[in-house]
Amino acid sequence: MSEQFELSKLIFGRLSWDSIPLHDPILLATFIVVVIGGGAIVGALTYYNVWGYLWREWITSIDHKRIGVMYMILGIVMLLRGFADAIMMRIHQAMAFGDATGYLPPHHYDQIFTAHGVIMIFFVAMPFVVGLMNYIVPLQIGARDVAFPFLNNLSFWMTAAGAGLVMASLFIGEFAKSGWLAYPPLTGILQSPGVGVDYYIWSLQIAGVGTLLSGINFVVTIVKMRAPGMTMMKMPVFVWTALCTNILIVAAFPVLTAVMTLLSLDRYLGMNFFTNDLGGNAMMYVNLIWIWGHPEVYILILPIFGVFSEIVSTYSGKRLFGYSSMVYATLVITILSYLVWLHHFFTMGSGATVNSFFGITTMIISIPTGAKIFNWLFTMYRGRIVFDVPMLWTVGFMITFVVGGMTGVLLAVPPADFVLHNSLFLIAHFHNVIIGGVVFGTFAAITYWYPKVTGYKLDPFWGKASFWCWFIGFYLAFMPLYLLGFMGVTRRMSHFDDPSIQIWFQIALGGAILIGIGIACFLIQLYVSYKKRDSLRDETGDPWNGRTLEWSTSSPPPQYNFAFTPRVYDNDAWWQMKANGFVRPSTGFMPIHMPKNTAAGIVVAGISAVFGFAMIWHMWLLGGLSFAALLIAIIVHTFNYKRDYYIPVEEVEKVEAEFEAKRNEVLA
Amino acid sequence: MSIHRTLRNIFFTAIIALLSGCDTVVMSPSGDIAAQQANLIVWATILMLIVVVPVIVLTLLFAWRYRSSNKDATYTPNWDHSTSLELVIWAAPLAIIIALGALTWVSTHQLDPYRPLDRISKNKPVPEGVEPLVVEVVAMDWKWLFFYPEQGIAVVNQLAAPVDRPIKFKITSTTMMNSFYIPALAGQIYAMGGMETQLNAVINEVGSYDGFSANYSGEGFSHMRFKFLGMTEANFDDWVANVKTNGDELSRTVYKVLEKPSEKNPVHYYSSVAPELYDAILNRCVDEGSVCMKEWMSPHHKGHDSSASPNDHHGGHHAQ
Repeated sequence: MSEQFELSKLIFGRLSWDSIPLHDPILLATFIVVVIGGGAIVGALTYYNVWGYLWREWITSIDHKRIGVMYMILGIVMLLRGFADAIMMRIHQAMAFGDATGYLPPHHYDQIFTAHGVIMIFFVAMPFVVGLMNYIVPLQIGARDVAFPFLNNLSFWMTAAGAGLVMASLFIGEFAKSGWLAYPPLTGILQSPGVGVDYYIWSLQIAGVGTLLSGINFVVTIVKMRAPGMTMMKMPVFVWTALCTNILIVAAFPVLTAVMTLLSLDRYLGMNFFTNDLGGNAMMYVNLIWIWGHPEVYILILPIFGVFSEIVSTYSGKRLFGYSSMVYATLVITILSYLVWLHHFFTMGSGATVNSFFGITTMIISIPTGAKIFNWLFTMYRGRIVFDVPMLWTVGFMITFVVGGMTGVLLAVPPADFVLHNSLFLIAHFHNVIIGGVVFGTFAAITYWYPKVTGYKLDPFWGKASFWCWFIGFYLAFMPLYLLGFMGVTRRMSHFDDPSIQIWFQIALGGAILIGIGIACFLIQLYVSYKKRDSLRDETGDPWNGRTLEWSTSSPPPQYNFAFTPRVYDNDAWWQMKANGFVRPSTGFMPIHMPKNTAAGIVVAGISAVFGFAMIWHMWLLGGLSFAALLIAIIVHTFNYKRDYYIPVEEVEKVEAEFEAKRNEVLA
Repeated sequence: MSIHRTLRNIFFTAIIALLSGCDTVVMSPSGDIAAQQANLIVWATILMLIVVVPVIVLTLLFAWRYRSSNKDATYTPNWDHSTSLELVIWAAPLAIIIALGALTWVSTHQLDPYRPLDRISKNKPVPEGVEPLVVEVVAMDWKWLFFYPEQGIAVVNQLAAPVDRPIKFKITSTTMMNSFYIPALAGQIYAMGGMETQLNAVINEVGSYDGFSANYSGEGFSHMRFKFLGMTEANFDDWVANVKTNGDELSRTVYKVLEKPSEKNPVHYYSSVAPELYDAILNRCVDEGSVCMKEWMSPHHKGHDSSASPNDHHGGHHAQ
């Protein structure tokens, strides 16, 4: 009997039927919806017989454009999950006053705010930013793909595997109840013996591998694969910001991996890095996680600064003001982002000198950031600004972001931080910069580059509706939080005593609902635009009178991007080519050398997810087997010699001629 | 123009929110330290508004003036550089940050929580010979335990202090990282297991104020609240006497029971405290026969530069 018990433990570890939260009506209902929705999607895909197409053209694709799109889809799907968490928290906090306990018990509420933070940062903002870089960077530098195309596919699937594990925690077991950075000792094995923290660790570890590999990939791509003539100071600003972001990724993500490993050693092997006893010290964890965590916020915002630079210049019909000042500002931010981490915990009791040092370095970051804002401002100055949807997002961003920047600098003054730290003022501040910056920027970017990706523009009506809902919704949802911070209301509370502040939470809920409508408008926009795609079609490849090289290709670009590698003379390369009467060559094509699709990425990532799941549940047998399988899969992949092929000249000729014919038809 | 109207509405809502923000506990507190912190927030905000307001105004102005339908506006598609303008662009934020940086350096040292107070309120220095009231604070799962070593008493979930007398808090935690925060009194500081942080503050007005943990610490966190009572000297003495007559004994055995996680604990008085109990909690040796951290760590301890460590050597950084 006991032997059998041991065997089942070896196979199933901690997993049992009790781990499935059938008793929780909210989760059960969610589960049923997911099953029905997922079933419908699977059924539809089978009915229309697109599995083969998806497998060949998308899942195994190593085309940077396809991978970019998959990142964006992952981001949108996870945005819905992260927003569902947000609205649940807002409803709960608007209810839980005095005798009312709200509808979420603390253990559920605590998981929700943790999941919301983790998902929004790692599986919404990161996929959006990486997805944009994937699609745009190779096109802007005149390359045919990234430096390591297979690695790119693997990176995406590793990120997706991490997201999958977080999603699995919803229905199998639980997620961490620790806040999005999982500070010990709360996350130590003594205080959190369950699987929640392990889900956190393994999903971040697996996704982190993906992010790190993609960081290396882009640094190499940008450094080595620029078109001839594109010196560093002729790179589009988006490429510059992408380069800096990926340098940050390469330098910062190993720290996250290391600190997660140390926490795992504490939890799995009873070590004492971050415990209260035996010389462990949780302060070390807090320092390490923020040495990754602070650069992380710049990893998110820098490419978005690049996006706005492209948009503001295009829609103002004007060269970007102060290009070199923009580049140096980006570099300064990149370096300084490593010197500020301690501002996240001035209240830990460091001496006044240490605190002032980190406070002042933080403020210094606002100088290059301020310079950037002024540069956008003076790009608009004496321009001819077309208020298409991306420009609306940009103006909304500029106004919102300076407010968020100001509250951020305020928090960088240590004695001010002592009274505002961990309050809802802080929550309002970082949503101010992340929504006002990263989210606004992502929507601006999606609208701006959508015709490039799909061949048709997005419907402007629903885009404007989405913008106004997000913009007003943001202010409604977060201005009350600034105020609540001044009232001394702290974050992560699941219940409040003082009924007089309830009204502010109700206003914030209204704002969150408006943001929800904004997300719905965006989804409707995708659908409506697809339906109206014939009238929104872009045959020229250059719907906005663009300035950079991606607009010189067809929409969508051919698989090989450029039949001839362009020669660059100016940082607005395409603008300059147009000004000099560029004529697309119609002869002299050569066969194009391309990388071949492979299933290795999804296989390796899939096995990694199984391995992570096994480790989370202490299924040692499965853990060992999947780890062995992982090694074998990687080794087998190294023996794959059929990695490339040539696109024949005839095909290139045909594709180029078709594009030219259609373009001339429209332009005529 | 609907954009304008909406933005104006948002602007006015923000102003109203800002004004109502003046009446909050953080902006109009009852303790001198918190009052100085509120003051600092006001000055820092004013400094930054010097740049922020023009940026917002110019953004809206340029967006309107250079809209594509306005053909009267100048259009210079190739103008992308102006050295003098670039200088202004970098110099303006730089100037603000130099001012703010100086303010930060001075105020951070002035309002360092470890620094003993030299004033009770504006224009009122600490009288000669007045020693601070020492309170030892322990953040527990999920309640607060306050030791008064001079008075030899301890209290759960209630804190009292006489007005206008400096208070010196020594703060630690049993397990989780918490943050000790009474907004009306002074800014917060973390409470961490096996470590001691300090806070010096003074309350200037009689009253009952909210205190709580400002760092999430698990399931019972939301209810980890207590009342901080600012009292006249006489009332404080009565309060102490009341604790002494009506309180129980806090022995190590009683403490071991109290230490177990619990929520929404009522106020509880202890008239006497086992010797060195706070020190034992800090050094994680409440259990009989366990070795105190300060003992087994002492050989390595001297070289450490950790600010929040068991034996308070933080004072060493503040040569006074």
